[in-house]
Amino acid sequence: MKCRELAEFLMDYVSGDLPEEARAHFEMHLSRCHNCHEYLEQYESTIKAGKIACDDDHALPGDVPEDLVKAILEARKR
Amino acid sequence: MASPTAIDADDAALVARLRAGDDAAYEHVVRAYSGRLLAVTRRILGTEEDARDSVQDAFLNAFKSLDRFEGNAKLSTWLHRIAVNAALMKLRRRKRKPEQSIEAMLPSFLDDGHHEERFASWDEPVDKALERAETREIVRKKIEELPDSYRTVLVLRDIEGLDTEEAAKMLGLSPNAAKIRLHRARQALRTLLSPHFRSKAS
Repeated sequence: MKCRELAEFLMDYVSGDLPEEARAHFEMHLSRCHNCHEYLEQYESTIKAGKIACDDDHALPGDVPEDLVKAILEARKR
Repeated sequence: MASPTAIDADDAALVARLRAGDDAAYEHVVRAYSGRLLAVTRRILGTEEDARDSVQDAFLNAFKSLDRFEGNAKLSTWLHRIAVNAALMKLRRRKRKPEQSIEAMLPSFLDDGHHEERFASWDEPVDKALERAETREIVRKKIEELPDSYRTVLVLRDIEGLDTEEAAKMLGLSPNAAKIRLHRARQALRTLLSPHFRSKAS
């Protein structure tokens, strides 16, 4: 398996959907290729970063857009 | 089990007041959820004005279909789903801008199949880096920079937590097309985030 193929199979690998044989090839390559190992880690970190950054409890506690609240309540009456 | 039941009982009481046309209940709901729903529609649409319009559409749709709110559901989840739908509807109606190509944000390879780039490690674990508000803001901005068709699938799958089938259906794609787009979106986001997470020493 080449780095190019590894990059293609990354998503299935991360979600555990890669068939056993391909998985073995994937891991074999990974054990020998530092660059792909690094890429895999950053790919996983990217998924995690998106989740954390967009966790709404974390992101915007109590931020009420007053003008929007007013507009919605008025539109409801129409 | 006691606390979810208590929350649902509160929701049921609140919905009963909405159905009865209680103005104070309407104000309470809009005030309690508009900030959160705005965050959701912003992520899908990437522009403030459209995001606000969608939140308004979502509330008005929800108020019109209060009869369809089931007592065993959570009001927050129900509103959230309606907001996602309103934003996607807006996205479909929006005049299509020519989309930025994602190719430049994907990894490139040499003829022998090796990566062209040497990836410098991200020294700090992301959960540590994302304890800082400014880093969370950078990540949200970078997600907004993704082309529409990639951003939407990433938001639905990785952030809203829908499965491939559901996300594909909402976006009018085949499950396989949705998978390919998600993979590219993640790779592109990695490229955009990399300069911000890379070791300061390198």
